Amino acid sequence: MAPLDAPSSGLELLAEETAPVPAFSTGRARRRVRWWRGIVLVLTGAFFLVPIYAGLRFSFQGVDGHYSLSTLKELPKAQGFTAALWLSTKLAIATVVVAVLLMVPTTVYVHLRLPRLRRMMDVITVLPIVIPPIVLIAGVLAVAPLWLKATPYLLSLMYVILAMPFIYRSLDAGLLAIDLKTLSEASRSLGGRWYSTLLRVVLPNIRPALISAAVLTLAMVFGEYTMASLDLWTTVPVWIVQFNGAANGHIQIAAAMAGLVVTWVVLTVIVSLDRSQRRRARG
Amino acid sequence: METLEATAPTPDAPASGVGAGPGVRRRSWWRRLGPGAAIAPFLLYSALGIGIPTLGVLYYAFRGNNGGWTTENVSAVVHGIYLIGFENSIKLALLTSIIPGILGVFVAYAIHTSRSQWLRRMTATASGVLANFGGVNLTFMFVATLGSTGVLTLWLAAIHINLTSLGFHLYTFSGVAVVYMYFQIPLMVLVITPALVGLRPSWREAAENMGASSWRYWRHVGIPVLMPSVLGGMLLLFGSAFAAYATAQSLTTGIIALSPIQIGNFINGNVFSNYQNIGYAIAFGMLVILAAVMVLYNYVQKRASRWLH
Repeated sequence: MAPLDAPSSGLELLAEETAPVPAFSTGRARRRVRWWRGIVLVLTGAFFLVPIYAGLRFSFQGVDGHYSLSTLKELPKAQGFTAALWLSTKLAIATVVVAVLLMVPTTVYVHLRLPRLRRMMDVITVLPIVIPPIVLIAGVLAVAPLWLKATPYLLSLMYVILAMPFIYRSLDAGLLAIDLKTLSEASRSLGGRWYSTLLRVVLPNIRPALISAAVLTLAMVFGEYTMASLDLWTTVPVWIVQFNGAANGHIQIAAAMAGLVVTWVVLTVIVSLDRSQRRRARG
Repeated sequence: METLEATAPTPDAPASGVGAGPGVRRRSWWRRLGPGAAIAPFLLYSALGIGIPTLGVLYYAFRGNNGGWTTENVSAVVHGIYLIGFENSIKLALLTSIIPGILGVFVAYAIHTSRSQWLRRMTATASGVLANFGGVNLTFMFVATLGSTGVLTLWLAAIHINLTSLGFHLYTFSGVAVVYMYFQIPLMVLVITPALVGLRPSWREAAENMGASSWRYWRHVGIPVLMPSVLGGMLLLFGSAFAAYATAQSLTTGIIALSPIQIGNFINGNVFSNYQNIGYAIAFGMLVILAAVMVLYNYVQKRASRWLH
């Protein structure tokens, strides 16, 4: 490949000749790796991209086969969609409010005063991952009092539980990244009360962690089907399943794709922001 | 604890201050309560939201039709259709943890060894996003892809491949398995990437310096070091597939015999059984299996941390 008259290339050739075995084997291994890497990545890429393409194509294609925005325009007018969207929105807001009020003070307090309990927090907040939502909702519907079962906000209360794992992990990582002890001591030595320390010193420092936790929670609530369908509340995912697809199946797919695309875009932005934040903190 | 407090010398009550006792005790109680009080709301919430429902499931799993304790529900669950439900769920979970587990390792390795920074960053983001979102939206995306008029179905029909005649049906077991791969592979990529990062290049260089071929490096170093992490990842995938309800339910409209769907049908009242509390017994069975998975997971995690981190 390199011109033969160049001295350096001659040296390289010589080096290869003197120690042929390792150089040859690595070279071949690397080439083989690159070759199967291409196949793996193309096949995986196809597996993940073809369904997205198919979903988008159905969303932008009317039942008559022409491409237009008609399906997306019909979506808000579809029977029951706005009611479902409004219910999901209310549940999402309630969930985020309760989750933040519950998790932020607890996590900050444990970091500041009870670091020994971090292990216990880890165990408790992993439980909602271990126990399937279907089992949790079966238990909840068996033991919850009637007045609680009569309100959709029972779902919000349970969504807080489902969100605990990632909210706690996000806040935990955010709090580990800052010097919480020094910050709070500085605030207290300047006469700050605990709540002003929390609101004006700690929270601004963990804002990225808090925002990503809140967005993940919102995305979770807008996509949650198991508990909502069994508690008989028509949130957006329940509406998508119940909608009479025989009339226009494209509407269901358009609604599903709208949900996916919004979630993907928002989460991608959050993940990238999170990464640039971390890089800045490290650098 | 009480004796400790009583004997602790305090300036107010030097020796036998019986009168001062309650005051001292109340203050130290308050001090002991203080830290607890701050996390009490969280503990209470967890107890009400996780503990009580779980205990409720356990309680009703062992209650008979007319009250009283019984093991009839549980023994009914390990027979007939409910046993088939467990078998199908375990089969599905094995299938969608082993195959995506292996594929996930290859994808993660291909990306990890790639020199393209862009590719690595994009896949990390995509895995984080895709791993979290199964459910209804995914179901309908696959209806557009592999349904009877789906895009891929029509493409394949154009080259004379008929998926149905090959035994693939989107709305049955095989379809559920394919759709699960869509969140299981990214999950495996997420879980295994830290282990691949922990695989030190110096190990490979050391092996090569001693004349080991690529195959021998993997056989004696790479695979043994990665194995616990791979198994741990597969156990996580197993748990996630075993517990999943939304995707399978929305895809098959509840006709497939999987344990989570049987619980759902029970809650919806679509079940006629001699045992009123059969659903709780299925839920109890799922908890037992998941507890076993967690025990195994903790074990392989310990093995994994021996070489990595």
